[in-house]
Amino acid sequence: MTTMQSLRPVPRGPGFPGAVLRAALQPVLGRVVRRIAARHPDMFARIAPYQKADFLIVANELPFALHLRPDPDAPMMRAVPKSPLPPSDARIEGPFLLLLNLVDGESDGDAAFFSRELTISGNTEAVVSLRNALDDVDGSIAQETADLFGPPGRAVLGMLRRRGAAA
Amino acid sequence: MELTLGPVAYHWSAAKKLDFYARIADEAPVSTVYLGEVICSKRAPFFEREMPEAIARLQRGGKRVVVSSLAEVMLNRERRATADLAEIKDFEIEINNAAGLYARGKRPHRVGPFLNAYNEATIAWMADQGATHVCLPTEMPAAAVAKAAAAAHGLGLGTEVQVFGRAPLAVSARCYHARAHNRTKDNCQFVCEDDPDGMPLETRDGTAILRVNGIQTQSESYIELLGELDELRGMGVTHARLLPQDVDMVAVARAFDGVLAGRTAPAEARVQLDAACPGVGFSNGFFYGEAGYRRIERLAAG
Amino acid sequence: MTAEDFSRAGELVCPAGTPAALRTAVDAGADSIYCGFRNATNARNFPGLNFTPEELDASVAYAHARGSKVLLALNTYPPAGKVDLWREAAEQGMRAGVDAFIVADMGVAQHIAATHPGARLHLSVQAAASSPEAIRYYCEHFGVRRVVLPRILTIPEIKAIKREIPCEIETFIFGNHGLMVEGRCSLTNWLTGLSTNMDGVCSPAADVTYERDDDGTMRSRLAGFTIDSFAPEETAGYPTICKGRYNAPHRPEGYYAFEEPISLNLARLLPDLMAAGVHAFKIEGRQRSKSYVRRVVSAFRRAVDNIREGHAPDIGDLVALTEGQKETQGAFKTKKWR
Repeated sequence: MTTMQSLRPVPRGPGFPGAVLRAALQPVLGRVVRRIAARHPDMFARIAPYQKADFLIVANELPFALHLRPDPDAPMMRAVPKSPLPPSDARIEGPFLLLLNLVDGESDGDAAFFSRELTISGNTEAVVSLRNALDDVDGSIAQETADLFGPPGRAVLGMLRRRGAAA
Repeated sequence: MELTLGPVAYHWSAAKKLDFYARIADEAPVSTVYLGEVICSKRAPFFEREMPEAIARLQRGGKRVVVSSLAEVMLNRERRATADLAEIKDFEIEINNAAGLYARGKRPHRVGPFLNAYNEATIAWMADQGATHVCLPTEMPAAAVAKAAAAAHGLGLGTEVQVFGRAPLAVSARCYHARAHNRTKDNCQFVCEDDPDGMPLETRDGTAILRVNGIQTQSESYIELLGELDELRGMGVTHARLLPQDVDMVAVARAFDGVLAGRTAPAEARVQLDAACPGVGFSNGFFYGEAGYRRIERLAAG
Repeated sequence: MTAEDFSRAGELVCPAGTPAALRTAVDAGADSIYCGFRNATNARNFPGLNFTPEELDASVAYAHARGSKVLLALNTYPPAGKVDLWREAAEQGMRAGVDAFIVADMGVAQHIAATHPGARLHLSVQAAASSPEAIRYYCEHFGVRRVVLPRILTIPEIKAIKREIPCEIETFIFGNHGLMVEGRCSLTNWLTGLSTNMDGVCSPAADVTYERDDDGTMRSRLAGFTIDSFAPEETAGYPTICKGRYNAPHRPEGYYAFEEPISLNLARLLPDLMAAGVHAFKIEGRQRSKSYVRRVVSAFRRAVDNIREGHAPDIGDLVALTEGQKETQGAFKTKKWR
């Protein structure tokens, strides 16, 4: 069902090939998703039929996409190339800060969809289930993630939020 | 199992309705005819004067006559119409709104398809309040119909299921016929009379999907349960309802009667139905718990 | 219990699709929160949404500890053979200590009234009771103490009804603007095989697909049927059949045959509604996020408090949260809406 072909060319950092960046990120992302899964086990019941589903989260500004599989036994998140995107069951695409705020329950997914800022394709029920599961998490997943990395993590999150607010 | 003819959902002219009922009285193999305005209270006055004549004609033809009430009751004229109908003593009445139940009290009445008698508990409650007969909601699947019919039978109630005609899918306070012509309901100028079988809606890419009938939304295709009549009878459903469409309803009734009487096989009756309803698609998905528009072929040919 | 014992006029009834949303609503000042179980017993049986019995227990405790009430939606119609699921839900609601049940089916209402005579019943909008007689039917037979009115009446009509009924009135004030008479709509079932009345679904996500063309046009489909297509910059709506765009003989260019994607917002009519005798204000949106709940509930909490203090209500801008980013006062303002 995914027919969206209009992805923008990926901006590449000077002399920093995407593959290298992705390889550097993989262990970090894996740690983040395992930690979140361990702290919020209730979340998985809400995505029960889609625990083995492959979600792609595509932030417009990032040079890579995130591949998420919310499997409680083997939670997986990894960076994947944006072009070509690997196959998936569902794809969620939008500005980075919007996606961050959605994960944190600071934005309303429906409103973002109505405004056309957020686009979803593929299995809509999987996306809705994931959204509802994340929305039942109290507190900020982004903050938890940042906290994992101590002061540098929090500094990066703060910078991202300021940059988003200024945009 | 008896065949019945449900109320005309459309705004047919009084002359058209009189002709229609005269022919039904003389030629259609149905035991019971429901009549009266169910959809739009603004239309009711157009047939008020002629209705006694139509009723007398049907009775002379040996039909049992049941007067049906409005599905939506909000305005004062609708409340009055419902209260008046509840006072009818000469015919049976079919009630389609809780306001009608309130006015009728424990006096005998039939429960119409808009009253949402979906289950045995509701049917038992309604029986306790004087219901003698219940027409199930059109969207009920076979498994639920069987259970509801068994419950109704145990309480001494008749059970009726729609077997022909466009599926009634929704009603609204807003008139979509008027809206299509940039009018409001209060200033509709009865534009719905131009569409005696409903106004077609198709998707932007050209698939015919729904019909608008004033405040009502119906299916594009007709429900057709010829192949399911035997199973319905086996469940204890006592009455099979044909909803009037702007086609040869006598031919339609004969096709169904042929199957019920064992004279014709469903496949043969379907050929007759196709001839009576040119250009019409048929559906039976609701019965099988599938999307209503679908046409499911029975594995065991009936 | 009298109405005054249950709540003050102007009760704010707020949606919760998850325990986190319920806590958010309580913290944002909801007088009461309505919610449902994770099954067909309520009309928002959506994937990943709603409460387990254990979650309801904890949520009721959270709400009660902070002075809020919990209303359990049992507002679908059990098909024959499945009534027990609704009865079990009622038992679980009693055990959790919910403050009222929101019911539509006569069999469900009668069962709760007979087995739990003290339980408070509210008549769901899904019962489509739009006249004093229909409302009195449910009050007299099942002891219903509040009716949620269909969104089809003008304020003068609501006022007239109030004079003739023995129960409280609750009206929707914000959110999704249903066009069809609730509890009488099989449109979703016609296209998908899942019923709004029996299964609690409306345009189920599993049947929804979005397609995008190279030029940015987005097409929404339900079970393969095109419901609408949106130009790149055009705001979008849910792919519900009653908000779709169709062609008709007189409208070959395509039009919103029923209603455009739009949300109800009666913020400016709150004082008039209270004057007409409306006791409780309902915010739609159990399928929406915590963020929506927090913003909408906070805004209406302020507005109702302003009115109670005799001031003009301060109405924040909520249009960003509305469908199609457009809002309407629907039938409440004028008969011309019909």
